[in-house]
Amino acid sequence: MTSTAVEEIIESESVVQPELPWITLVWNDPVNLMSYVTYVFMTYFGYERDKADALMLQVHQEGRAVVSAGSREEMERDVAAMHSYGLWATLQKDD
Amino acid sequence: MVEEIGEDKTPADEIEPDEIEPDEIEPDEIEPDEIEPDEIEPGETPLDAAEEIEFGRDIGFRRTRFGRIVGHFGDQERDLLVNLVGQLAEFIAPDQGDADEDPLARLVGIDKHSEIPEDPALLRLLPDAYPDDPEASAEFRRFTERGLRDSKLANATVVLETLQLSGEKIRLSAPQAAAWLSSLTDLRLTLGHRLGIVTDDDHDWWDEDPEVDEGTNSLRFVYQWLSWIQESLVHALMPS
Repeated sequence: MTSTAVEEIIESESVVQPELPWITLVWNDPVNLMSYVTYVFMTYFGYERDKADALMLQVHQEGRAVVSAGSREEMERDVAAMHSYGLWATLQKDD
Repeated sequence: MVEEIGEDKTPADEIEPDEIEPDEIEPDEIEPDEIEPDEIEPGETPLDAAEEIEFGRDIGFRRTRFGRIVGHFGDQERDLLVNLVGQLAEFIAPDQGDADEDPLARLVGIDKHSEIPEDPALLRLLPDAYPDDPEASAEFRRFTERGLRDSKLANATVVLETLQLSGEKIRLSAPQAAAWLSSLTDLRLTLGHRLGIVTDDDHDWWDEDPEVDEGTNSLRFVYQWLSWIQESLVHALMPS
């Protein structure tokens, strides 16, 4: 590999924009128990009771809440975990 | 979401648990009224038997003073749960796939043929991850759906095993309790779809509704009963 090629690679890597943060949303549904949703937020995300309760209430009252933010891969992991708990979750770019 | 289940209709709420279940007494000595097994006629479905289940003060799970999660379930209750969770397991089990499917892809949980489920109840259990991006949702499904189905199936299997290996008294370890919670959720989501639950107010169903047929009334009763069990288990794991 020539030195020019190396410089090109370094240059192209350095211009890559840092990825926009992504968010995981949990949506209200008419089946899940409020107590269970709080339990899931505490168990999976490790949130304190107060924060978990507040997020649960936001889901219940406003229809949805942002429960985590990070890279796309991390959010896909969180969404998959929420689905395994039976919560309705999606991810999207945080615009 | 659903607020506290059976808040004003649960006899157990009127009794302080500590008053009636000191751990010095073996729980086996304080069984709720026994249900006569003979009450199930041959040929009756477990759902019919659900009508015979009576709410006792010991319904669902509780945490003992020593931190154990314990529940009491009569024969009919256990049979009903085994039947329902067995159906759930069949419902969510991954397709066996084609013989020519790439075994390595299967091993790492990639599904070449995963498609959006046509059954709305199954779609609720295996939802799309990207609300406005069908392509990304399909890709996500391809890489995660098999694993998700496997984990739901594993949870259902834990419930079935604990039911089948227990007598009236069921003791759960923390991981078993977590599997029970997830599986009860899957079961309630599925029944909820079958019952047409759409809004948060759709299921105040403790009393029989003359407007709907008997089967629907039974199913509603079962749904409420499962909700009660789940609520009790959450509270046993996470005292308020």
